[in-house]
Amino acid sequence: MSSKTGEVILEIEGLKKYYDQKAVLDGINLSIKRGEVAVVIGPSGCGKTTLLKCVNGLEAHQEGSIRVDGKEVGSDDFSWIAARQKIGMVFQSYDLFPHMTVIDNILLGPVQVQRRDRAEVTLQADALLERVGLADRRGDYPRQLSGGQKQRIAIVRALCMNPDIMLFDEVTASLDPEMVREVLDVMLGLARQGMTMLIVTHEMEFAKAVADRIIFMDGGVIAEESDAKTFFKSPATERARRFLNTFYFE
Amino acid sequence: MSLNWDFIVEVIPIYRSAIILTIRIAIIGVVLSIIVGAVCSLINYYKVRGLNLLVRAYIELSRNTPLVIQLFFLYYGLPKLGIMLSNEACAILGLTFLGGSYMAESLRSGLEAVSRVQVELGLSIGLNTFQLIRFVIFPQAMSIAMPALGANCIFLIKETSVVSIIALRDLMSVTKELIGMYYNTTESLMLLVVCYLLLLLPVSFLLIFVERRLRYAEFGV
Ligand SMILES: Nc1ncnc2c1ncn2[C@@H]1O[C@H](COP(=O)(O)OP(=O)(O)O)[C@@H](O)[C@H]1O
Ligand SMILES: [Mg+2]
Repeated sequence: MSSKTGEVILEIEGLKKYYDQKAVLDGINLSIKRGEVAVVIGPSGCGKTTLLKCVNGLEAHQEGSIRVDGKEVGSDDFSWIAARQKIGMVFQSYDLFPHMTVIDNILLGPVQVQRRDRAEVTLQADALLERVGLADRRGDYPRQLSGGQKQRIAIVRALCMNPDIMLFDEVTASLDPEMVREVLDVMLGLARQGMTMLIVTHEMEFAKAVADRIIFMDGGVIAEESDAKTFFKSPATERARRFLNTFYFE
Repeated sequence: MSLNWDFIVEVIPIYRSAIILTIRIAIIGVVLSIIVGAVCSLINYYKVRGLNLLVRAYIELSRNTPLVIQLFFLYYGLPKLGIMLSNEACAILGLTFLGGSYMAESLRSGLEAVSRVQVELGLSIGLNTFQLIRFVIFPQAMSIAMPALGANCIFLIKETSVVSIIALRDLMSVTKELIGMYYNTTESLMLLVVCYLLLLLPVSFLLIFVERRLRYAEFGV
């Protein structure tokens, strides 16, 4: 797929987001190149989820700009509806549409929103299901699936829209431990294939394995940003050191 | 107790035409109630400016006045405004006026029970507002609201028994008439009960079936 030194696909400049008077995002600058995997880590409540939601307009921001592929999202020539088709998102709560079968969950966006040919999308969906090891569950309802299976299907649903970038918000945080691996493996596979990803996670070993870059957030700002190796070996800031220490027992 | 079977056989055609009238009023009234209720519940759910308060006012007026009085207003009031409607149209309109608010309230509670996560999920794949309602919110709201909607259906069908006050020959009305004319009270009342059971039991069973089919939503989240 595309090279790791591609053009900038996501560009965030001076992003500010307030709840009431409080700045939850206080001037975020971030740019991600095509094919890059950036992992966002940071303490609970530092604004990670809010950042992802701002990127695809589920939350409105008050200042700054977000560009996908050079176009400002939410602007006149790049509506949220259009932008969201370029930005795949997978949530923490491994939710599918409960009243639709697996295959209908996956087809809804491509067929209704992108107006693509049902037969063509079905082929793609089946290939993706095969890849995540769930080809035999295409006719099942979500209630018949485990959390890990649902989350893999949620990933397929986002992928099937051929997004430019995928956002993952703590997608394994609500899963039983034995299901975490199967989901992370799918994401690792995507990274190896060159998918551009912005991942929020608390799985530090996974972050080490998958990340080209670590973005450490604290209090609504990016406190530190470096390649994965440097970050985990010798974090530059005291805040990051303290945060990392919470993951290890002595 | 011996029943007058000759009488029963003789009056069955009368009951048949009465039950057909009741069915017609009930079906049209219930369907229109659901449509009115759906529109009103969406206006409330999205708090559409200008219309929201109007709909709340309608709902309170409709729920807090008896159908008999609503029918009186339509039957005697509308002609004074120059609007001429048949008795049957009045009955259907009245039933819809009453049923619309009940359906609206049931559907609204269903809409409000659809989780924020489901809405965000729908938005995140690029659905527009109309698609979001059609594919995500409404099917789940219907499933959640189904028991309440079903109860409303049965309630409305039973409420049709008051339309005799605007001179419609429904089941209640022919029963009273026959009792008045022939004093065969037992037979007439028995036929009345049988007719309502014939009408309502299938509806009841159908609702149980539909509820089972729609029960997916509660397993969703
Ligand atoms: N809807 C909301 N209303 C008010 N405050 C919110 C809302 N959502 C999140 N917040 C606040 O914004 C901050 C960042 O939240 P979030 O982005 O969810 O953090 P994270 O995902 O890093 O744990 C938190 O302090 C949280 O309390
Ligand atoms: Mg979060």
